[in-house]
Amino acid sequence: MDLRRPPRSSSGGVEPKIRQVGFVTPDVSSEPPAPAVPAAAAAAAQPAASSAGSPPASDLSPGSLSPVMIPPPRHADHLAPGSPSPAASASELGDDESWSRAPSAAELEANKGDLAEIRNDNVSASIPQKQKTSKAERRAIQEAQRAAKAAAKETGLSGKSAGTVSGANPAMSKQAKSSKASQKKDVPQAASTAASEKKVTERPPERDRKKDAPHPRMQFDDVHRVEKAKKRAIVNQSEARNRVELFRHLPQYVHGTQLPGLESKFFQLEPMHPSVYKVGLQYLSGEVSGGNGRCIAMLLAFKEAIKDYSTPPKKNLSRDLTAKISSYVSFLIECRPLSISMGNAIRFLKNRIAKLPLTLSESEAKSSLQSDIDRFINEKIVVADKVIVSHAITKVRDNDVLLTYGSSSVVEMILDHAHELGRKFRVIVVDSRPKLEGQGLLRRLVEKGINCTYTHINAISYIMHEVTRVFLGASSILSNGTVYSRVGTASVAMVAHAFGIPVLVCCEAYKFHERVQLDSICANELGDPDIILKVPGKADLGHLKNMADNENLQLLNLTYDATPSDYVSMIITDYGMVKYLAPLIAVFYLSYLGIFI
Amino acid sequence: MPDVQPLVREFVLKLKRRKVEGSHAVARQTAELLRSVVSQHRMGSTNQAAALADAIRGVGEQLIAANPIELAVGNIVRRVLHIIKEEDISSTAVGIEGLSVTAESDDEYDSENDDHPTLSAAVLAAHARNALRAPSLQTLLEDIPVSTALSRSASSAGDSDGKSGDKSSKSRKLKHDVIAAIGDLIDEIDTCYDQISEQAVEHIHQNEVILTLGRSRTVKEFLYAAKEKKRSFRVFVAEGAPRYQGHVLAKELVEKGVQTTVITDSAVFAMISRVNMVIVGAHAIMANGGVIAPVGMNMVALAAQRHAVPFVVVAGSHKLCPLYPHNPEVLLNELKSPSDLLDFGEFSNCMNFSTQDGTPLLNVVNPTFDYVPPKLVSLFITDTGGHSPSYMYRLIAEYYSADDLVVKRSTTNYS
Repeated sequence: MDLRRPPRSSSGGVEPKIRQVGFVTPDVSSEPPAPAVPAAAAAAAQPAASSAGSPPASDLSPGSLSPVMIPPPRHADHLAPGSPSPAASASELGDDESWSRAPSAAELEANKGDLAEIRNDNVSASIPQKQKTSKAERRAIQEAQRAAKAAAKETGLSGKSAGTVSGANPAMSKQAKSSKASQKKDVPQAASTAASEKKVTERPPERDRKKDAPHPRMQFDDVHRVEKAKKRAIVNQSEARNRVELFRHLPQYVHGTQLPGLESKFFQLEPMHPSVYKVGLQYLSGEVSGGNGRCIAMLLAFKEAIKDYSTPPKKNLSRDLTAKISSYVSFLIECRPLSISMGNAIRFLKNRIAKLPLTLSESEAKSSLQSDIDRFINEKIVVADKVIVSHAITKVRDNDVLLTYGSSSVVEMILDHAHELGRKFRVIVVDSRPKLEGQGLLRRLVEKGINCTYTHINAISYIMHEVTRVFLGASSILSNGTVYSRVGTASVAMVAHAFGIPVLVCCEAYKFHERVQLDSICANELGDPDIILKVPGKADLGHLKNMADNENLQLLNLTYDATPSDYVSMIITDYGMVKYLAPLIAVFYLSYLGIFI
Repeated sequence: MPDVQPLVREFVLKLKRRKVEGSHAVARQTAELLRSVVSQHRMGSTNQAAALADAIRGVGEQLIAANPIELAVGNIVRRVLHIIKEEDISSTAVGIEGLSVTAESDDEYDSENDDHPTLSAAVLAAHARNALRAPSLQTLLEDIPVSTALSRSASSAGDSDGKSGDKSSKSRKLKHDVIAAIGDLIDEIDTCYDQISEQAVEHIHQNEVILTLGRSRTVKEFLYAAKEKKRSFRVFVAEGAPRYQGHVLAKELVEKGVQTTVITDSAVFAMISRVNMVIVGAHAIMANGGVIAPVGMNMVALAAQRHAVPFVVVAGSHKLCPLYPHNPEVLLNELKSPSDLLDFGEFSNCMNFSTQDGTPLLNVVNPTFDYVPPKLVSLFITDTGGHSPSYMYRLIAEYYSADDLVVKRSTTNYS
């Protein structure tokens, strides 16, 4: 098992996946069918457990130089070494954790022999096609992928995707079939399926990598895609009027309409597991919020769903279950866009599903997955929080005045622990509209007997004179060190920095993400704009009540913002306390793609 | 001054109870009150200016003590004191001119002296004012002969007063001039919005994105003027907790057809990267160029500095304060009721928790003002034009005199 991810990622996203085209030694290529089959079989057998890009090198004959990415030649004739390619692709399949990989693994076991041949043909034929594959076609495939993934009704992945994908690539499969002098015309259907599968599986790694950041990035400023998404949606969303121009790339819906609609549909939503449904409602209503809370709630709901899951006849467990999970995820997205922690957890779960040994029975597989989920929650969240608290407690001294913003679960744990240890300190809780999360934290701290001061975010310049340390939580930390967290965190960190006060950000490692972000506008979540109008406790401030329909007035309710890394003095994670996070994030993000530490 | 005392007391009460708030209203009412005080004042025979100034000081002391945070009160009191001083000097100069005309009999200087009586009192007063100020380019280039003649004559007959015998007319004249000047001051306070708004077109062009926090009438008029001149711009209004005046401003702007987006205060840092200019109002401008502004403004100023966005403060000259801020967050700040932030009913159970010595565990801080240091301000736009923060001390020298910084009634009696 070798971490060969980097070569692939460094080579960019859109290049052909076929490798070792001209460098394979003849002994492999001389008998295309025989070694191809065992090679493919071997590749297939190296299953889910295998990973990353090393396989190309190991599977192939010694003559190949896998790290050398040579663009395939344009003509099919030169493609004698088509045989290693299937092995390569198969092994690629091995390390691809997305749902699309699972079908191909299944296909492999289903029709190994044929598939090897056909893949042989199709891949080799597809090599020239690869060059000619236009962006439009790739996008068509992508669209088909999304359509399949977001389907409300769950259908076998192979059927639907193959159907749609092969529909998308009729030209390719036809050409694949015709170009090579192959005698395997007896399975045109399988061929097209395989071809489409091939296409599908060859593309996903780069696409998934793009898609993984942070999660299906739907282009909300593209009207057609929005319309398509609406048709598939379970939750009826009506777009908010008076959308802010700057945020046209993010979804902006009217919030009031969703909850009643969902409630009425409760008994109609067959494919939705009730615990997932419940979690979705909790997100919608705001009852469950916060990175850790939402992630744990989601994982527990999935655990319940897996417990109650039974594989439909003639379906493969991992493929089917992955599809089901995907449908649950799209439902949750409709309730509330995923947080980065949730995205990472979903990726983990799909990875585990995909890596299930094929020899397991259904109940064994289910219990294995459930224990995986438990392990994830325990290791990555519960124990990680304990480690963070133990690191951070060294930074709390007697007579400290600690400032915190909003309500972060980790920071609350730190303060509780410090209080239990008997340190003398006081806390300043800074809060802001519209969520006013700090009030909940304030109440819990005062009940424990901690001396607290409460103020609102405008007053931070006033209160910062008294502060000795600032503790902040984060929704995620991005690869360039930017802290992605509740809106207002950046202002707090900025003022603390101006006063020379250390800012300590506490974040579990599972929340890291490899993407980068420069400001808070590229990626964000837009909350309910009408909350801005309503000021609780001040009924007389109905100034803007009647103006909501005026087209000159827009209301903006941001949920997150990006704090630049230079405002942060130190980041406390379960892997230690660091100032520069980029190398750490690179290493640990990779762990989610392949291996787990 | 029996007639004016009830008025003074009434105003002091209003200030104490915060019934009148906002620099404009306070400044105007203070000026009107002081005008009444001057008109009711019985002028003595000698040292009239000093006596008048003393009376003003007495009233001013009470007003300032009623609400020390409302710096506009002190500003107007000091302006009036400065006016009295100026009018006194100019009327003394006129008197001296009158004396020199009668005293001089030499033929050689007749022609020169004949010129002087033709100068009107107003012109003389203006020249006197110029003499008081540091020489500006204008005065240097235009008025050299007259001003030197004036200063010569003024210095030669420095303390001869009341010789000519029309004391009563002179005293009436002083009072009249002072009242007229205070009337000018009131007009200046009222028209500051127009004069500031005239400068709007110089700063707002096309496709501008402007950010503001809370509500300032000056900013509103500024933006209205730009809108009228058909400049295209959009405004992000931060709501300005805990008073939420931003909502009011947004409503006013939307009614005028300005594209407005209301954001929460926490989103200021997030949005400021897309903003061209920050335009805000102020509660007071201090002598070092620092700004006392509604709470939250320092955060906006820091964010603007970080993103290299110009931070423009618009304020009328009645907000200009000759004091230097020492620890302004505490000394020039007011803490308002916690009920703006926390509902008393909801959090009443938290009040039950306390430490062993009985102090409550829960404190709530609700300051009204924020201090913005001068280095964060790019430009001040006042009714006299645009200035940098380091220029503000010059304006102060124009409007105020140095010995009025502490407004305290002197103990000596004037007959």
